[in-house]
This record gives sequence, structure tokens and C-alpha cells, in this order.
Amino acid sequence: MDKDAYTSRKLASDQDKDILLSMEDVSVSFYTHRGIVKAVRNLNLKINKGETLALVGESGCGKSVTAHTINQLIPMPPGKIENGKVVFEGRDLLKLDEKEIASLRGDRISMIFQEPMTSLNPVFKIGDQIADVFLAHHNIKKEEAMEKTINLLKLVKIPAPERRIKDYPHQLSGGMRQRAMIAMALASPEPGLLIADEPTTALDVTIQAQILRLIYDLKQDIKMSVLLITHDMGVVAETADRVIVMYAGRKMEEADVYSLFEKPSHPYTQGLLNSLPSNKKYEDAARLEAIKGTIPDLLTIGSECPFENRCPHAMPVCRESFPDETKIDDDHSVWCHYVEGEDASPSSQLVGDQGEK
Amino acid sequence: MLKYIFKRLSLLIPTLFGVVTIVFFMIALSPGDPARVMLGERATAASIEKLRHELGLDKPLYVQYGLYLKRVVRLDLGKSIKSGQKVSEEIRDHLPATVELAVWAMIFSTTVGILLGVLSATRKNSWIDFGSMASALVGVSMPVFWLALVFIMIFSVKLDLFPTGGRMNIRYYFTPISGVYVLDGFIILLKTGDPKVLFSALHHLVLPAIALGTIPLAITARITRSSLLEVLNQDYIKTARSAGIKESRVIYRYALKNALLPIITVVGLQVGMLLAGAILTETVFAWPGIGKWLYHAIEARDYPAVQGGIIFISISFVLINLIVDILYSVVNPKIRLS
Ligand SMILES: Nc1ncnc2c1ncn2[C@@H]1O[C@H](COP(=O)(O)OP(=O)(O)OP(=O)(O)O)[C@@H](O)[C@H]1O
Ligand code: SF4
Ligand SMILES: [Mg+2]
Repeated sequence: MDKDAYTSRKLASDQDKDILLSMEDVSVSFYTHRGIVKAVRNLNLKINKGETLALVGESGCGKSVTAHTINQLIPMPPGKIENGKVVFEGRDLLKLDEKEIASLRGDRISMIFQEPMTSLNPVFKIGDQIADVFLAHHNIKKEEAMEKTINLLKLVKIPAPERRIKDYPHQLSGGMRQRAMIAMALASPEPGLLIADEPTTALDVTIQAQILRLIYDLKQDIKMSVLLITHDMGVVAETADRVIVMYAGRKMEEADVYSLFEKPSHPYTQGLLNSLPSNKKYEDAARLEAIKGTIPDLLTIGSECPFENRCPHAMPVCRESFPDETKIDDDHSVWCHYVEGEDASPSSQLVGDQGEK
Repeated sequence: MLKYIFKRLSLLIPTLFGVVTIVFFMIALSPGDPARVMLGERATAASIEKLRHELGLDKPLYVQYGLYLKRVVRLDLGKSIKSGQKVSEEIRDHLPATVELAVWAMIFSTTVGILLGVLSATRKNSWIDFGSMASALVGVSMPVFWLALVFIMIFSVKLDLFPTGGRMNIRYYFTPISGVYVLDGFIILLKTGDPKVLFSALHHLVLPAIALGTIPLAITARITRSSLLEVLNQDYIKTARSAGIKESRVIYRYALKNALLPIITVVGLQVGMLLAGAILTETVFAWPGIGKWLYHAIEARDYPAVQGGIIFISISFVLINLIVDILYSVVNPKIRLS
């Protein structure tokens, strides 16, 4: 990726380094009739003000559960937050009551979802749905809320918003619906955190780029932070400041985006990057072809490294314990027994080799 | 929208034709000679033959059918054998009582049913949920007439809270205005300031309306619960919550309007059941409506009355379903626009 572009992005996020949100040692399980699904385990994460943090990993690794833990949308039961803290602007969200958390939702913490087709209410007009969010957070009249709605639809570049507010969701295209969803998420005077849970997965590539651009521009204008959930490394490279790679409910690697693409250190991250179709760089690394196998059953998973059954470097110790943090760099950590820190280790050697090309 | 209604209306004609035909053959082919039954065991062959001729029963079936169709098209349902009055007039006289009973039973079953369903769905697996779903199960398995009798025994005979039957305290000399007594009572209250007719009408309504409404209530509660549970799992509910919409609004506005579609269908279907249930309820509570009238007509083998009554009830059923479908399209924008 383009280093200058990255540096300017990094500088922008460095200016405002206070932490907006931090999750500390959070574990979330689902108590189902089949057993306990350990969806997220001992997760630590922080998002700085004005920063875009990407959460990546394949389907079922706990990205959405992590997001829903922040704004408390985990259905309980069957869900249960086993331990940990979610600190947002100095308050532990897990200790707030339903009313306090509801007043944060859509106001300081907004969310857009993966499926624009099903995420808008089919029996209400677009305008009414967005205006309703204004009405929930501001002491204003319906007409004023409608006016604000029209302005917002302009902001997200929906053409002819005066007419569009009278449409039902099924009358809009997928891209338009996603824009309407973004508008809804912005119906707040000062959004703090925008959680975008795979906001573009359901859209085709050109629309996808437009939507990502829109989120990026809005973020610059409004100075909010974004938690971007995706399984698309291309999207990460385009938009993120920092990245967390998740696998089977665990954090595997955390780095600033530049360092992650330069020195991917976890075998899983390497596999993810390797499976990117456009990525020439890793093509000849024969051992790291697209990851074979599937994610382990979250019901039976123990204290081993969950990647152990698919990992080309798996060793006996990997079955026994989940690795501790290994620092690659200031802004780069990895959780893997195979990686051994900043000095010449087998894996950094390996990564170095590839970097040479 | 208009086009949709028009389409539905034009489909009505074959449906009604079918209904009228089925009623005719059901009665024509049912065993027993109406003339003989009507005149009793000791009638002479000559008098039976005379009545058969009067009723047109001596003509071939297809001729009877043709004559019958001709009459029905002119809305002529014939004369009651028992009273000699026109069947259509008898229906008109008894209709308000049934409408009043059915409407209150419907109001009761729908409001309480939806409320119970919502409570069960939002407190899934709590004792409220188990309690109301268990009672709903008991409710649907209860025969109406039995329930009516139990109500009379407990609330009228033992506790003396409600009258055992009828629509109005017989000591009130009162000439019906619309025939819908609650409405009449209200008009009298406005005119004379005397509430006793209104109160008496309501007082008489409580038990029959609840008895008649119990089964529909149970069904409505169950469909509301399952429909709402399904809707509450939808993405757009998560969207509404994540946008900070108050939980009560999420449920009663965002979710319920979506859950309403199957509820409307089921409530609409219950109108037919309500009409059937009305026959039994009215009989037990001596409620002078179509149901009780039809019951007596069947008992007396008053064939024209039975035929007219069944045609009337069937057509009402078809029309009510049409109204339900139109209502459905009002709630669901996808049907309305396509
Ligand atoms: N309500 C629930 N009941 C039971 N299990 C659940 C529930 N919600 C999530 N899970 C489980 O938690 C795990 C993580 O799910 P999650 O939705 O967070 O995955 P994800 O990373 O967002 O995947 P995707 O990319 O497909 O959206 C999955 O194994 C899933 O089956
Ligand atoms: S800990 Fe072991 S199994 Fe897990 S990724 Fe590292 S080397 Fe592979
Ligand atoms: Mg997800």
C-alpha cells in the first residue's frame, strides 16, 4: 500500500490519542441446548478518538458478538457476558441499566449492519424511520425531524431526498438502503463511535467503494471513531488505521495497518493475506497457500490455540495452551507460540524473506 | 389499491355462486322429506303432497335449483314456515343482537389476546408466558356451550354477579332504536340522562361476550406470541434498538406492525368461527340473535329459514374475509404497491 497515504492517515489519528472505548478481558458465551458456545474469549481492544479500527476474521469468529457487546445488543439469554469491562468515555457500559444504555445507542454509539435488505423496517417509510431516531434523541417536533432527515439524506448523497423519504425500503436499491442506514446512524448531534458491521458485504464492488468512501469522509467531517468489521483485507487496507485479527473468539494479531501488511506475523494473518486474489507478494510462499480446513467447534474448544488444526507451524505446545502476547513492534503484537519476538525467530525470518521481494 | 379491491370484488361473484349452490344441494340432498317432517307423524298423504307442491319439491331437482337461483338473485329468501314472515325480515330483526354480541366478543378476544401474546413474547419462558400459553391451550380445547354453562353456573347462579340470559332487564320498557342495545342505551343516556338501559345492556353482554370470545382469544394470543417472537429476531428490530429507540416503542410500534399481518389473517378467520360459536352461545344465554333463531329453525325443520340463514351467514363470512384481505393490504405496503 501507499506509505505516504498511510503516514498522513496515521498522523491524523495520532493527534487525538485519547481512548474512546476499551474492552478489557471480555468473554461472551451462548448457553444453547447443544452446550456453551464460547463466542468471544478474553478479548482486549481499544479504539482511540477519531480512529478507524478494523476487526477482521472469517465468518463465525465473533466479530458481530464483539460489536453487540459494546452496545449491549447480545440477546440474554442465551447470551452471557462472562467477564470483563467495556469502558466508553470513562463509564463501564456493562454496569449501566437498560435506560442508560438505550440513551447511548444511536446517540454516542451508532451501528450499521451488514444486510441493507433486512435491516430497515419493511412497513415504515424511510423518512419516518430516520425521523424517529431524531425524535428519540432530540426534543423536537416531527416536522423539524423530517427536515433534519432530508438534510441527512443529502449528506449521504441520496438523490431527491424530498421524494425518497416517502419510499418504503423495498423501493430502494441495496446501495441506497445502505446509505439510508448510514443516515440513520448519524441522526445524532455528535456521534462518538460508529460500529459498521460488514457494511458493504452485500453490495457490489463499485457501490462498495462508494459506501466506504462515504463512511471515510463522514468520519473526517464529524471526527468520530469507527469500528469497522469485515472479512475483506482489501477493505482493511483502504480504510483502517489499526487492525485486530480475530479467530474463533480470540485475538490473534493486533497492529497498525501498515505494519500488519508489511510484517504479517501470525500464520492465520499470513493465510488471510495470501488468499487475497490481488496479492502477488505472497504468491510464491508455497507453504502459505489459502488456509485449508475449517474453524473449530466453539462448543468443545479448550485452552489450546484454536488455529492449531489448520496451522502449518503447529507444535505440541500449541495444543496445551493459548500463547501469550509477543511484541513485534511498538504497535504490533501477536499471539502465537511460533513467533518469538523482535529478534530473529523462525517466523519473522520467514516474513522477512517475503518482504525482500 | 382500487385496482386490487376491484380484482377482489370480481372474484367474489364465483365464490358467492359456489356458496349458494352448496347450500342448496346440502339441504336438498339431506335425508328426509321436508314436507313430511314439517307436518309431523300423523299427516295424511294428501296434505303432504299439497305441501310438497307448495314448496316446489315435486319438481325435478334442476328445476328447483333454477327457481332457487332466480329467487336468491332477487334477494328473496322465501317465507318462514313457522312464522309465515319473510326470512329476510326475520334475519334483519335478529341481526343487531348477533352483531352486538360478535363485535364485543371480537373486541374482547382481540385486545386481550394481543396483549397476552405480547406479554408472553416479551417475557418468553417467564411464568407469565407459561401461564398465559397454558390457559390459551385450555381455552382452545373448551367447547363454547360448556364454557357458557360453566360461566352461568359460577357467575350468575353462585355469585349472582351477572344475569343468566337475555339482552336487557325486562322491566325496562324500551323500544329499540338501532337494535344494537349498547348504542341505543347510549342514545337514551344522551337524550334523557338515564344510564340504566346502557348499563343493563353492558351487564347482559359481559358473560356471553367472554364465553364467545374465549376460543378466539386463545388463538389470537398464540399467533401473536409466535408472530412477534419471529419479528423480534429480525435485523430491523436490532437496527431500531441500536438506534436508541425506546424498547416499548420497538415492541408496540416497530415489531407489532410487522407481526400484525398473520394476526389479522387469523382474527379474520375467527369471524367465521365466531358466527358458528354464536349459535351455541346465543342458545345457552337466551340471546335473541341469528344464532338462536337459526337453532330454533333447525329444530323446527323450517327449511326456508335454515336455507336463508345459512346463505346469509356464508355470505357474511365471504364478505368479512374480503374486508380482512383489504385491511391486510393496507398494513402491508408490498401488496398495496404491486
Ligand atoms: N444468539 C446466539 N445464539 C447462539 N450462538 C450465537 C448467537 N449469536 C452468535 N452465536 C455464535 O457466536 C459465534 C460468533 O458469531 P458472530 O456472529 O460474532 O460471527 P461473525 O464473526 O460476526 O461472523 P460473520 O462474518 O458470519 O458475521 C458463532 O459461532 C455463532 O454461532
Ligand atoms: S500458536 Fe501454534 S498453532 Fe497457533 S498459530 Fe501459532 S504456531 Fe500455529
Ligand atoms: Mg457478523
